[in-house]
Amino acid sequence: MQELLTFTIIGLSTGAIYAVVASGLVVTYTTSGIFNLAHGATGMLAAFTYWQLRFDWDLSAPLALFITLFILCPLFGLLTERIVMRGLQGTTEVVRLSVTVALFAFMIGLANTVWPSNGSREAFLKFFEGNTIHIGGINVSWHKLITFGCAVVVAIVLRLLLFRTRMGVAMRAVVDDRSLTELNGGRPNRVAMFAWALSAMLAGLAGILLAGEQQLNIEPLVLLVINAYAAAIIGGLKSLPRTFAGAAVLGLLDAYYLQFSDNSWFPQSFMGFGLSGIRASIPTIVLFVALLVRPQSRLRAGTVRFREENKVPSWNTAVLGAVSLIVVVVGISGMLTRSNTLFLLNGFTLAIVALSLVPLTGYAGQMSLAPLTFAGLGAVAMSKLPGDGNLLTLLAAITIVAIVGAAVALPAIRLSGIYLALSTAAFAVLVTKLIFNQRQTFMSGNISVPILDIPFIDINSPRGRLILSATAFSLLGLGVIALRRSRLGRRLIALKDSPVAAATLGMNLTQTKLAAFAISAGIAACAGALAGDKVSPQQYDFTQSLPIVLLAVVGGVGTVGGALFGGLLLGGNAVLANAVPSLKNITKIMPGLTGITLGRNPSGATSQISEKFRPLLNRWGIISFSALGGVGIWALDASRIISHWAFFIGGVFWFLAVMPNLIAIIDGTSQRRWWASAIALTGLAISLGVDWDQAVDSTGKRLLSLILLVAIFGVGTQRVAENAPRIHHSSPDLLGLDVALTPDELDNVERELGVTI
Amino acid sequence: MNTPILELRNIRASYGSIEVLHGVNLTVGRGEVVALLGPNGAGKSTLIKVASGILRPSAGQLMIAGRDATGASANALARAGLCTIPEGRGIFPNLTVRENLLMATYSGHKLSDIEHSTYARFPRLAERRSQLAGTMSGGEQQMLSLARALATDPVILLLDELSMGLAPLIVSELYQQVAAIAAEGVSVLVVEQFARTVLGVADQAVLLAHGKVQAFGKASEIGEDVLASAYLGS
Repeated sequence: MQELLTFTIIGLSTGAIYAVVASGLVVTYTTSGIFNLAHGATGMLAAFTYWQLRFDWDLSAPLALFITLFILCPLFGLLTERIVMRGLQGTTEVVRLSVTVALFAFMIGLANTVWPSNGSREAFLKFFEGNTIHIGGINVSWHKLITFGCAVVVAIVLRLLLFRTRMGVAMRAVVDDRSLTELNGGRPNRVAMFAWALSAMLAGLAGILLAGEQQLNIEPLVLLVINAYAAAIIGGLKSLPRTFAGAAVLGLLDAYYLQFSDNSWFPQSFMGFGLSGIRASIPTIVLFVALLVRPQSRLRAGTVRFREENKVPSWNTAVLGAVSLIVVVVGISGMLTRSNTLFLLNGFTLAIVALSLVPLTGYAGQMSLAPLTFAGLGAVAMSKLPGDGNLLTLLAAITIVAIVGAAVALPAIRLSGIYLALSTAAFAVLVTKLIFNQRQTFMSGNISVPILDIPFIDINSPRGRLILSATAFSLLGLGVIALRRSRLGRRLIALKDSPVAAATLGMNLTQTKLAAFAISAGIAACAGALAGDKVSPQQYDFTQSLPIVLLAVVGGVGTVGGALFGGLLLGGNAVLANAVPSLKNITKIMPGLTGITLGRNPSGATSQISEKFRPLLNRWGIISFSALGGVGIWALDASRIISHWAFFIGGVFWFLAVMPNLIAIIDGTSQRRWWASAIALTGLAISLGVDWDQAVDSTGKRLLSLILLVAIFGVGTQRVAENAPRIHHSSPDLLGLDVALTPDELDNVERELGVTI
Repeated sequence: MNTPILELRNIRASYGSIEVLHGVNLTVGRGEVVALLGPNGAGKSTLIKVASGILRPSAGQLMIAGRDATGASANALARAGLCTIPEGRGIFPNLTVRENLLMATYSGHKLSDIEHSTYARFPRLAERRSQLAGTMSGGEQQMLSLARALATDPVILLLDELSMGLAPLIVSELYQQVAAIAAEGVSVLVVEQFARTVLGVADQAVLLAHGKVQAFGKASEIGEDVLASAYLGS
């Protein structure tokens, strides 16, 4: 009995922390519709800041607390809202979630940079360390009591704030009707800033309390938020009382499990699988169950316009792109060093994983946070299945994982948006904890995935594997485009655009969603199955999935090019970190930083870039000229006139800075034309003429020079050559009748209608 | 004294690249009730959005009491005494009646005053003060949205499609309230698709079609033939 009471108190105190975290999540979700995955990371940063002030700089505890919780946390919240979140109105849930993922990555990078984990540091002490109080025959530490008290205070304050003050009522009013709030005279932006500041304070409080209980480490503090998700979901992301109840239940479950699992009768394994991972999985299991018993998400009627838009490439473009990708990779693969080959290979593997998100997230609008988990399952299947890596084994592995993907989706299919995303996250964590971390799965920490065995072709080298993965990406990419142009593809788009309209037309939403999940899981499995090397479970951890999702969305998750861009960027990031140690810290933050720009351009980077290349496609003369230029640069390299580096930099310059501007140069007025050509040629001459191997001493500096060259000469050419845009702003009633269409407009209209190739 | 309280000068407004208003001029004098008429898609609601500051015009000027207010935010205009009841129901469905009235206090009035004046005019709202506004009937919801206009003593009132989805009897009751507001000297710009319901209340009428003003004049002078040709196309 005594023991039970002890564990109840421990459980309630843990639950109190969950409650504080979860209430912060609910506050921002209800006011801005953004589910903040970075909430735990905010708490982690606050805990570190408090530690810095209190234990490293020896401030008194009240002062350190005041500075952290009442100055820095609210400031951080305000800035987050102002700089990052405000741009996100009118974007899809996918983009909003990705931005919080970006923030998450950014903060972890920041913490790793400022407080590297290798140095020894002063201990993080509990409040009134060592002091306990005697209640009902057991000793309770002051820290636990304070934790509990904090939760009670937070509950009361939030209740009063939300229902008794105008600010609180306005916070709820903004959710109901943003523009009406303005018409009443309220300032929605100010309300949102207040909500984010409040939420950051709650996260900070929870972080500091938890750091006292555990140790000051980045990971447990960040993952704390996953436990709190469960509590927030129990509260329906809305009701604070139910959120608090959910948090208490979670805390108690954890404590009681701890108590009972010590007993001898408690099973240590089940069907050969060890159960040691269970305790850590409790919140995830609760989350999963809470999601499953949620009422079916209602289909929303009415037109929803999103800011993202993606064009479907024509077959010509797709095939041209696929072939040129393979040609380019084959061409340059011979010049790369072994380590760079491996990095590029890694980039393509990540690109395939990102590609798996295109049909699911880009087309069907269903968010998944577990793409790497399916890749991991693919790797496991490839290595365990008989056949030693022949094509049949690959097919079998893909099929199995696709079936698993559909099976996982089946219970979660009733959910949509954020709930679906969280259930995939829960799945990923469960698979990692209960399957990947098992001895049976990964024998001694890693398994070797056999290299794909294609008759008559030997690919047993890094270069071979690189070409294989680039080919695989090209073929899968063509497959995805074929899918988009098929009947099923149109159904996926319908599912994203308007589930209500699709359902009323008689479309089976469940089947369509299952198909999307199965296809996505199958593509991801390919990435794992083609690994062709030793792999470890860490590679497929849930936290590794987040940057991929993020960069796929940054690249543009609606397009195959976006997946390639995202994958290569993530791979390239590793190259940069390796080549320039001084940039290592920046590369940790970089994925986060790129994601934060999403609010400004939710369609992704590739849609912007491809917009520049689109006009080229109608003019075969210019395409041939561009290709000729590329071959010419390659020939210079092949005949040893220029170095590999000059080839690389010149080639990229040609592609990014010269090609998009060719039309503008040709169509420009004679004077502008000469200036623009002169600028472009100067840039090209510099990139080809400089002896990069001698003149610049490190890879990083060469890459930086490349970026500078493209930025200065590319943008310069564009600015000089550009014609004034000729877009009519007349009413569509008149356009084409009273006012003639310009050639540009005609071109655009035909493209929209799909009447040209 | 003759400066109009609200004046739109050559206003152009567009959604994306599609222009909806092609140079609209409109004035509402002090104490005047101006009816804005026009068929579906004429740009009436867009014009209200521009006048209330929700939508920034792409060209032209928005003058309020003789001062240039182009580009001012909707909330600043609202606090300055421009009260807008938007299309549909101008209420927060998930807040209680009382909380809806609390939102009206941004105008600078005390909650107790607002409550007092509202419940005096609409006793039915007093009974429902702790009920969620979204669960009331359509007429009651529209009363609540008008209550803001009545209690906060605005300088000018913009009304968008008050009659939408309501029974004719309730509509005429609501327009009596509008007439009462106007009688207190508040200038009103009222959008209405059903011309006859509003022409009895209005001093002036403006007929909008295809994003341009087609006709304007005294409300009593707008003839059936002008309306018919604008609504049906001639």
